[in-house]
Amino acid sequence: MSALALPLAQLEIRSRTGGTCVSEDGFCPGWIVDNLDRYVQPLLEHIYLTVISVAVGFAISFALALLAHRSGWLTAPVTALTSVLYTIPSIALFLILVPVTGLTALTAIIALVAYTQVFLFRNIINGLVNVPEETKDAARGMGLTDRQVLWRVEMPLAVPEILAGLRIATTSTVNLATLAFFAGAGGLGAQIFQDITFRSNVVVAGGLAILLAALFDLIFLGGQRVATPWRRAAAT
Amino acid sequence: MTAPDNSSGSNATPRSTREAATLEFRGATKRYPGQEAAAVDGLSLTVPAGEILVLVGPSGCGKTTAMRMVNRMIEITEGDILLDERSVRDRAPAELRREIGYVIQQIGLFPHMTIADNVAVVPRLLGWERDRIDARVKELLELVSLGEGTGERYPSQLSGGQRQRVGVARALAADPPLMLMDEPFGAIDPINRERLQNEFLRLQGELRKTIVFVTHDIDEAIKMGDKIAVLRTGGRLAQYASPAELLMYPADEFIEDFVGADRALKRLALQRVRDIDLWRAATVRVGEPIEEARRKIADADIDMPLLVDEHGRPEGWLSERGMTGERVRAELRSRAEPTVELDDVLRDALADLIESEVHYSPVVDAEGCVAGVLSLEVISQTLQIPPDQVRTGPDLVAPGDEAVAGSEAPSR
Ligand SMILES: Nc1ncnc2c1ncn2[C@@H]1O[C@H](COP(=O)(O)OP(=O)(O)OP(=O)(O)O)[C@@H](O)[C@H]1O
Ligand SMILES: [Mg+2]
Repeated sequence: MSALALPLAQLEIRSRTGGTCVSEDGFCPGWIVDNLDRYVQPLLEHIYLTVISVAVGFAISFALALLAHRSGWLTAPVTALTSVLYTIPSIALFLILVPVTGLTALTAIIALVAYTQVFLFRNIINGLVNVPEETKDAARGMGLTDRQVLWRVEMPLAVPEILAGLRIATTSTVNLATLAFFAGAGGLGAQIFQDITFRSNVVVAGGLAILLAALFDLIFLGGQRVATPWRRAAAT
Repeated sequence: MTAPDNSSGSNATPRSTREAATLEFRGATKRYPGQEAAAVDGLSLTVPAGEILVLVGPSGCGKTTAMRMVNRMIEITEGDILLDERSVRDRAPAELRREIGYVIQQIGLFPHMTIADNVAVVPRLLGWERDRIDARVKELLELVSLGEGTGERYPSQLSGGQRQRVGVARALAADPPLMLMDEPFGAIDPINRERLQNEFLRLQGELRKTIVFVTHDIDEAIKMGDKIAVLRTGGRLAQYASPAELLMYPADEFIEDFVGADRALKRLALQRVRDIDLWRAATVRVGEPIEEARRKIADADIDMPLLVDEHGRPEGWLSERGMTGERVRAELRSRAEPTVELDDVLRDALADLIESEVHYSPVVDAEGCVAGVLSLEVISQTLQIPPDQVRTGPDLVAPGDEAVAGSEAPSR
């Protein structure tokens, strides 16, 4: 855990060795190949932050959406709250939380979870609301209980929108996690800002963040195809 | 399916094993919260087991509300509804609904399930075994004329007519003793609607379910209903009668209007050619003495002699020249077309006349022998006969005393 808690104070430009390319802050393939291993730890931290934040964020928004879906009136206030949260600048949010939870991964995760809500809650609730009325009516008319209607009809039909929400939330989290080092949570952002003038460093760390976002996107896209065979059928 | 053992396998599964239910509305009333007027007001009527009750009336008159009270999709405010003499209010809604087939206009198939899974929903809820469900699904898809392989497809891959067939199959899955159908064919184009109606009537001939069928189309009501309940705005029963009674004895002006100015024409659909007084024909044979032929013409209602063969089958209308000389000669003015049969429905016979652009045509019996002549005049006279003197085909309408009594809403 200590590796994740990289204090802000340690953010100083490290000395690096190499030829003129390196000393001139250039893009140096040779240096990159020799120094790839320094990116492993930040990458793992980044993945850790993203996965935990999205997972916790999904659990919270899912529970909220179920409550809101049942009650009806809860949807509007929760939606408003999540939008307000999202408008708080991320660095500000990290810094607000530091006095409470310290320079820890927890601080970063709390903030990242808060930012996922706007996408996840909205998409889950929309997915449920967009299930056609006649489909629900038929389900109830055939003798499905409310719980069966929810889990056998509404939820499966909401899957495409829920997965779409997860995709946006994950991409956004990968993005925001590059600022997690403000909360002392490390990640690829820490690596970038450690030596922001060195082009090779920025390209590798930034590139890894982009690749990570793309990879998560692909995983969800694949999941969507597997989970919704009826959608592919409709297209043929 | 190799073993001819009839204790297992789909072939041994009867299409319907459950008795149809009787359904009774007993002063059933629905008042929606915050509304002064009732949506359904004291509806009382009984549907015998195995019959189709059609609820018909103008938009907003409470048809859907009346229907949905039966499976408690809408709670009854006052009164009661009894299914096989047991109040639906005493039943748990979900359990009750699994025993009642449910078809709606928008069909409401589950888009994420294959057709087979859609049909299997209620059997699964009821905990049937897999083999039994598979066999039942196969049988039902056949029953509603959906081909092999439809089961694996998704609803989005079917046409509107096919989807509605699936909707009917799904409602029939657990062999319910009662079916509720809310404008089931309302969203289908006219040609396919007619086909679905006919298919459904054929199916019902086999299954004999008790059915509540909602429509706003009076023609559909007349076609589908064993009994028709006409509701007026405010959810009050205006008339509860068989289709023929409704056409012949509309209870009041509202019903008369609703049934339409063409109710006389609709009535023709309920009578057969044999039910009306035809013109007598002058049937003559080749070689018959002219005097005899002239005498026949004098006795007939039409002065055009009809030439028949030795068995009495019509050959054609004789021309003037055929009547010159000593004996009748085979000189035709026109062939005897179209030929109407005694068993033809009057409306179809009229259509034949109009289509062939003739004013009259010979009517033949089952052997093909001339039984009389049907003319436009005969039909128009039929339409002027007061309703209580109309003779109708026994299979098209059940005549008798209850016809008159039925013109009033039963008071219970
Ligand atoms: N859920 C509801 N809440 C309040 N009023 C309702 C509700 N459902 C129906 N009504 C009212 O009750 C009356 C009867 O409605 P219902 O849907 O039973 O009519 P309908 O005969 O089926 O009409 P249509 O032919 O248009 O389908 C209408 O005046 C309608 O506005
Ligand atoms: Mg309706």
